[in-house]
Amino acid sequence: MATIATTGNKGKGVRSDCSLTLEITQQGGIQTELISKVKVLYGESILRLCHEILTFYGIEHARLTVEDSGALEFVIAARLEAAIRQLTGDEKEYLPAMLPQNTYQTARDRYRFSRLYLPGNTPSLMINAGIHKPNGIILDLEDAVAVTKKAEARFLVRNALRALDFYGAERMVRINQVPAGLEDLDYIIPHNVNLILVPKCESADQIAQVNRRIAELKIKNNIEGNVWLMPIIESALGVLKSLEIAQSDNVVALAIGLEDYTADLGTRRTNEGTESFFARSMVVNACKAAGIQAIDSVFSDVADMEALKQNVLRSKALGFDGMGCIHPRQIRVIHDNFAPDEAEIDKAKKIVNAFMEATEKGLGVVSLGTKMIDPPVVKRAQRTIDLAVSMGKLSPGWRDAFLENQKA
Amino acid sequence: MSKYDKLTTNAVGRTVPQIINGKEAIPFMGVGKYKPTGRKYAPPISSCADYPADGNKVVASLRDALIRCGLKDGMTISTHHHFRNGDLVANQIFDTAAELGAKGLTWAPSASFECHSPLIKYLEDGTIHHIEGSMNGALGRHTSEGGMQGMGILRSHGGRYQAIQDGDLHVDIAVIAAPTADPFGNATGDRGPAACGLLGFALADSQYADKVIVVTDNLVPFPCVPWQIHGNYVDYVVVMDQIGIPEKIISGTTEITKSPDRLLLAEMTAQFCDEAGIVRDGFSFQAGAGGTALSIGIYFAEMLRKRGMKARFARGGSNKYLVSMLEEGLVDYILDGQTFDLEGVRSMRENNNHLNTSPFTSYNYHGKGNFASMVDVVILGATEVDINFNANVVTHSDGYLLHGIGGWMNCLFSKCVILPIPLFRDRMPVIRDEVTTICGPGELIDVIVTERGIAINPLRTDLIDKMKGSSLPVKTIHQLKDEAERICGKPALPVLSDEFIAAIKWVDGTVIDAVRKVVK
Repeated sequence: MATIATTGNKGKGVRSDCSLTLEITQQGGIQTELISKVKVLYGESILRLCHEILTFYGIEHARLTVEDSGALEFVIAARLEAAIRQLTGDEKEYLPAMLPQNTYQTARDRYRFSRLYLPGNTPSLMINAGIHKPNGIILDLEDAVAVTKKAEARFLVRNALRALDFYGAERMVRINQVPAGLEDLDYIIPHNVNLILVPKCESADQIAQVNRRIAELKIKNNIEGNVWLMPIIESALGVLKSLEIAQSDNVVALAIGLEDYTADLGTRRTNEGTESFFARSMVVNACKAAGIQAIDSVFSDVADMEALKQNVLRSKALGFDGMGCIHPRQIRVIHDNFAPDEAEIDKAKKIVNAFMEATEKGLGVVSLGTKMIDPPVVKRAQRTIDLAVSMGKLSPGWRDAFLENQKA
Repeated sequence: MSKYDKLTTNAVGRTVPQIINGKEAIPFMGVGKYKPTGRKYAPPISSCADYPADGNKVVASLRDALIRCGLKDGMTISTHHHFRNGDLVANQIFDTAAELGAKGLTWAPSASFECHSPLIKYLEDGTIHHIEGSMNGALGRHTSEGGMQGMGILRSHGGRYQAIQDGDLHVDIAVIAAPTADPFGNATGDRGPAACGLLGFALADSQYADKVIVVTDNLVPFPCVPWQIHGNYVDYVVVMDQIGIPEKIISGTTEITKSPDRLLLAEMTAQFCDEAGIVRDGFSFQAGAGGTALSIGIYFAEMLRKRGMKARFARGGSNKYLVSMLEEGLVDYILDGQTFDLEGVRSMRENNNHLNTSPFTSYNYHGKGNFASMVDVVILGATEVDINFNANVVTHSDGYLLHGIGGWMNCLFSKCVILPIPLFRDRMPVIRDEVTTICGPGELIDVIVTERGIAINPLRTDLIDKMKGSSLPVKTIHQLKDEAERICGKPALPVLSDEFIAAIKWVDGTVIDAVRKVVK
């Protein structure tokens, strides 16, 4: 077995991270060296943490070098645990405290307009992600993590799930492709993850494998909450199998990944999206047939907000309910344009008002003008109203003004 | 001569010396408390009989000019910083002075930059005794580690004018690098290969120095117009091949930020100004040079455009964004202290509503008023703020002196002072129990905007009332500090030496704080 392990990141442009080299020795006790830009403020506390972790694993003799660029404690702990795992294989876990504000559950049908992808091995991008208020935050263990960093990213993502404030965003992790990705689940399921993204999904069987592993972990760790799934359709086969995937247990949405899909088709991705029209429609139809949400691919030009807006409007028109984003600046544009527009809100106001009037009068049937309105329509209108209120597009007391206007 | 002596405690509770570099210094007494008496300093009377009647003051070289000015040990030589990191003149002055064997000089720049780090060797060999101005980057690091013989003195732009005017800072030889000049010494910054817009920071030097040298790489026949610097103050004119590197004259911090975190700060700040009723027809604002501050200007422009309103004036540092507001009619005037990019230079040259100002008009506290207090809102930065709203712009939390004050202190007199700052930088919390160095007393700082919440100074009950019911996350400064420490951990206090290496002068010339040597 190796005696020296190096984990983490350093170098120009690396922030809020550390690079750490651990050598387990036979004698001489624990020797540490710390190079840190925050040494004056946190030097002692960094070394104290490292000693505590080494003691936790029963390591008495080691040489440890920490090159720190302002890493928070949960990052340092993840880096050191990853190094110890490499050297000793000890599967004990050194867990940072779970923030009390991170223990929430999410509803099956909550809004998922935006979900922000964050590379699972880059702490600097994680720390402020929540303050930009995406609906969901994805810690990515798959494509955004280099193959050689996959193992240590698991520890970082696990610790982030516990110690990083998500500010109410749905807590998501993208695992690696099944079957390799199944092992990722061991690291994250016990830490209140709300939703798992399953990449390059091509069959209901893959989802079943994920569900089985999650069920085992829930029993083992005594977890009661739901863990939702969002398979990502990224191939021709996946598109054709999208209905069976959409109908699988715990699946609340399908996402489509167009970079891989167009590669699979042997074509190029364009802004107009003609090449993916069939796939997008197929995924939307599978989702609607299964009663779940359809989520569109990310838009990769982070500088062009106008093109993003047009993309969102096209996406919404096709029937999608949300879109991935790779930069916090995209969140606002995605929210604003997936949100109900004025016409939708006006229509919803009329329907909800008609429903309330019918209820007030004790009528069983809701009608607007000469048209009867079915309960699902009322429900959808109510959701539009709730959403408009929560996004500040409509005042909570809208009905008073609405009735005033009607009188006038 | 000891660096400093007679320690005392000033009105903000800081230990400061009353003797600095052998001269008496007055401890800070409170905002607006110190009232000097007596008359302003005056340079010696000159006679036309001693100057060429044909107006040609050109001499052979900088060396020649310095010799003619009577350069000798212990003198103070001043320079300006309009060329920012592209200055090629200051280093040459001290190269020449060292060749001539001068010792114990004082360098009094209006600011220093990384390009001045070669001067460290002259601090080491005794050519330069100390710096009065700013000590940035490597110079600051060197000073912090005790590498300067004398005590460094940091002043604001307005404070520098005040100090020269009042005779606190006597300049023996002023060297004014000028992008265009005539043989008589008239000079302008708005044209020429090293165009930098204006030369306002050199105004005091031209008016009060014993001897004045103008250095240019673009000599034009008399008259050089506009004459931002009057040749009537000038002793000698020197022509050089190049006085500044144009691409470095343009400051690096003049692009709108792309950082999503900083954009959020800018957006929250703009929304705060809007909800507080500050953004209205005829208002005035000043935003610093940083990317965050620039972005706030963009948000202001959007609001004004949408509502068909305009600002009466904006205070520069100007840049292409402010110029486009002027040209679009969203602001009537730019009152500019320095131009940060070529668009600013062009506009100042071409647009009568883009005015060049000096620290005398904008900032000098010992005058009959100044512009700074008329500005409705000013947006500034800080390295640290404390729970009493005191702020620091010169040292970092590890005690190192790394930045100058610029116009920051002077701007604190605006009607509303807002500091948009991240709650922590990497792991360094910005809100502390006590700032490492006080540059601005808390009573003048109104609002701290962080990405995780906005704290309003309890003294500003008017602003607190206006923000009741706002959707913005208004919190107390204690809540913000606790939040940062929950994320980063509680920082240890830096251990600093008992020895002082620099003094911070308030806008009235009193000593508001002193900076300690770091312990390595």
